Amino acid sequence: MVAVRLWGSLAELADGQQTVEIEAANLRQLLDGLVRAYPALKPQLERGVSVSIDGKIYNDTWATPISEESEVVLLNRLVGG
Amino acid sequence: MSRIHVTTTINNDETDYLCETDETLLDVLRDHLDLTGSKEGCGSGDCGACTVVVDGRLVCSCLMLAAEAEGRTIETIEGMAGGDALHPLQQKFLEHAALQCGICTPGILVAAKNLLERNPNPSEEEVRYWLAGNLCRCTGYDKIIRAVMDTAANTRGAA
Amino acid sequence: MPKDEYQSRDFKVVGTRPIRPDGIDKVTGKARYGADITAPGMLWGAILRSPHAHARIRGIDTSKARAIKGVKAVITRDDFTYQPEDSDMADILDNCMAGETARYDGHAVAAVAATSKSIARAALAAIEVDYEVLPHVTDVDEAMKPGAPVIESGRQQENVPKGYSENVTGRSQYGHGDPEEGFKQADLVIKRSFKTAATHQGYIEPHACLATLGSDGQGDLWVCTQGHYMVRNVCAGVLGLDAGQLRVTASEIGGGFGGKTHVWMEPTALMLARKSGKPVKLMMSRDEVFRATGPTASSSVDVKIGMTKDGKITGAAATYRLQAGAYPGGIAFLSAMCGFAPYDLENVRTEGFEVMTNRPKAAAYRAPGAPMGAYPVESVIDELCQKLDLDPLDARLKNAAREGTKSSYGPTYPAIGLEATLKAAQSHPHWTAPLGPNQGRGVACGFWFNFGGDTCVSLMVNPDGTVSLSEGNPDIGGSRASMSMMAAEELGVPLDQVRTIIADTASLGQNEVTDGSRVTFAVGLATIKAARHAVEIMKERAAMTWGIDPEAVDWRDGAAHPAGPNAGKFPPMTIKEIAAIASNTGGPIAGHHEVNAEGAGVSFATHMVDTEVDPETGAVKVLRYTVFQDAGKAVHPDYVEGQFQGGAAQGIGWAINEEYIYGDDGRLQNAGFLDYRIPVASDLPMIEPVILEIPNPGHPYGVRGVGETSIVPPLAAIANSVSRAAGVRLTSLPMSPPKVLAALKAE
Ligand code: FES
Ligand code: FES
Repeated sequence: MVAVRLWGSLAELADGQQTVEIEAANLRQLLDGLVRAYPALKPQLERGVSVSIDGKIYNDTWATPISEESEVVLLNRLVGG
Repeated sequence: MSRIHVTTTINNDETDYLCETDETLLDVLRDHLDLTGSKEGCGSGDCGACTVVVDGRLVCSCLMLAAEAEGRTIETIEGMAGGDALHPLQQKFLEHAALQCGICTPGILVAAKNLLERNPNPSEEEVRYWLAGNLCRCTGYDKIIRAVMDTAANTRGAA
Repeated sequence: MPKDEYQSRDFKVVGTRPIRPDGIDKVTGKARYGADITAPGMLWGAILRSPHAHARIRGIDTSKARAIKGVKAVITRDDFTYQPEDSDMADILDNCMAGETARYDGHAVAAVAATSKSIARAALAAIEVDYEVLPHVTDVDEAMKPGAPVIESGRQQENVPKGYSENVTGRSQYGHGDPEEGFKQADLVIKRSFKTAATHQGYIEPHACLATLGSDGQGDLWVCTQGHYMVRNVCAGVLGLDAGQLRVTASEIGGGFGGKTHVWMEPTALMLARKSGKPVKLMMSRDEVFRATGPTASSSVDVKIGMTKDGKITGAAATYRLQAGAYPGGIAFLSAMCGFAPYDLENVRTEGFEVMTNRPKAAAYRAPGAPMGAYPVESVIDELCQKLDLDPLDARLKNAAREGTKSSYGPTYPAIGLEATLKAAQSHPHWTAPLGPNQGRGVACGFWFNFGGDTCVSLMVNPDGTVSLSEGNPDIGGSRASMSMMAAEELGVPLDQVRTIIADTASLGQNEVTDGSRVTFAVGLATIKAARHAVEIMKERAAMTWGIDPEAVDWRDGAAHPAGPNAGKFPPMTIKEIAAIASNTGGPIAGHHEVNAEGAGVSFATHMVDTEVDPETGAVKVLRYTVFQDAGKAVHPDYVEGQFQGGAAQGIGWAINEEYIYGDDGRLQNAGFLDYRIPVASDLPMIEPVILEIPNPGHPYGVRGVGETSIVPPLAAIANSVSRAAGVRLTSLPMSPPKVLAALKAE
């Protein structure tokens, strides 16, 4: 199980949990697992998120590996100028 | 609409064109004569991207009617280098990386050249005030001012 | 260690300051920007814009305009028959050409194409629009109140609590710990509210494009943009075209700063071209640029921070309300993420609200959201330092985030450079230089993420051994130079053997827009890997020639060498020699790399500024400015310095002069450079750049993005400097003379 940290307004939609546990070995499994476990997160996940894995930020790459020890943090999808 | 026939000298070449009464010198340079080095950043005299020299004086070509150019002598950025030899200011702008996007560069070069012709030994403050009508959004002006000052110092050294 | 991780090395080309390859064209006026090309038979386009902040469009009569000789096409929203399903695309379409409602002063309602500019202008004047004026709201706090005029209902996200106007479309929250507990441990708690005005990116080149589009759906577009692939994808999505049929070429670009990461009028140009059957050139006037593109959000912020006597921050909280303009979206979440990011905090909470108003759709502007994130936080930290009699650099160092710190937005930091910038600031002579009367010194820190994203690079080894590099990101400030440098470094050839061009959308795969300071990082990464790919091929070709195993070949200094005595005794083969026999050894040699470059490194800066406040007029003069920023690795230091200086200058404008001013009628009052005053040469001192290099572990050369962080600290650095000079805390930007004078009088 991977511990995933949610940002505040997302946590409210996941029964108030700041951190949720998801069975996942990569980014795609993580995102799919989140929607399965917490359907209320679906609109935000569809709008897009960025995911910090051990301090590096990923947006899209499904195959990005995640281990049980990884620090995983969900972030609003980042945009730049 | 009846058009006006204008004969003028641009970058040492005798040039003539037909223009509408409401066309600016900048419109004619860019749209009729393919001299697109002069840029339109505002069309209202506020940015200096369209700066040219008319009879020795700096002019925002967006504020001058094309019909007013009759009989005048006009210099644009396209006339600044001599063949493949860059003007010292152009060379210094490259060496100092005094441009990022480069859209302000033609106007600033034309204005700076005019300054150095009048005042070969300007202070930093004089350069800053002289170029205050030429907006640059990329560089913070630092490297531009240095390039102008360095050109002046070099030219004095060579003279 | 995998090859794309950072490896320390001695550079030959990277880190030097060669003259940029596009330089001569740009100093001689030859470079072609958006408005600089024409096509045979070309028409001139022009757009009619709403004079109202909010109005229902009851009808548009274009018959008189159509009757004018020389008018070849007149279009309104009715001509855009394709309705995109995707809501982002639908919003972009509506922003390019209003549907039922004009949502802001400057919103496009019709467009024409004609044989001359003056005929096009006359045609616009002949179009009659029947407006029903609606109530409007342009202020973010007003727009949040229940009962405010609603710009568009039904757009609120599920994360907005009850009790807000429907204009509040999104809310986000970041942080950890319990700030209320933290405040109890503090010796001093300060709570303040701040405002910042909307500011425009202010690029000197207005938007311009030249479009053709046939009835078969094939089109070409020449456009000044930060991302021509994005323009292609959006135009195709908005007009229902096949992306593959639309080729977009990026012109030279006269500044963007985020404002050219969006589509504002290109679909209109394509539609005019389709209707008229002719190429159409469409350019914005400066007035249009101000009224209908950009700006960034204005903000209203509450901040509360508690500090102990010895400078430890015990609790921190901030609420950000940012106006997003006339469509859902917004960047308050970025303010909420970035505001406290420089600090190691046990108790921190931030909240961001995205709010629609009757203003132009807010656009990205250099580190979007981060400047208004940092400004209130850094202001309150400065005030705490003043009241607790603490050195503001010491206090920041005491709380500085470092490797292993859990950031205020969640993740734990890898190696970062904030401490290095603070220490460099402390030991710089600027910090201890004497100040005169009415002068003050301010410091502030800033943070930005930097991005990666989709990137393609192709590297061709030509028959004579020279190298052509194709990348797909418009070069805003010297990136062709940086890419050539990285390719030369990797191949071991002289820089003048490499030429980099920006390919059009038909010549190279998808590339993310030039944003998020991503280019040197992501395109650089792809360039290095494309070069390594070409090197692998050249090693094989040499091995084949020598009749040895490719594994037994080394590449250094632009040549293949036998790897060791066992590999055999062959003289090295240079890239030139390998290229010359390419046809004999398997054909042309090219390397390429396609990647979604993820894992960009964050970056930090500390700025220091001295200002003088004129007690008679309230005018602020910037006397001295120093930027300390971590670049990871400065590939071309001149252009890194340029980014530091340019960002600081924009921040100075934001802090002192620049603002969107709306009248009670909801109209923009200052849509020109005369009244919207960006800094001019005589407003500024030299801006000293201090480059620090703390390598990004995720890039082979250690590169971090540098383009955006530099606009984050200036708002607060200047506010802190002015507040110290004036002896009164200023909490509203810009700090224009009347505001400063009023603050001085109130003292
Ligand atoms: S275009 Fe002439 S001054 Fe701006
Ligand atoms: S270099 Fe871009 S405006 Fe001056």
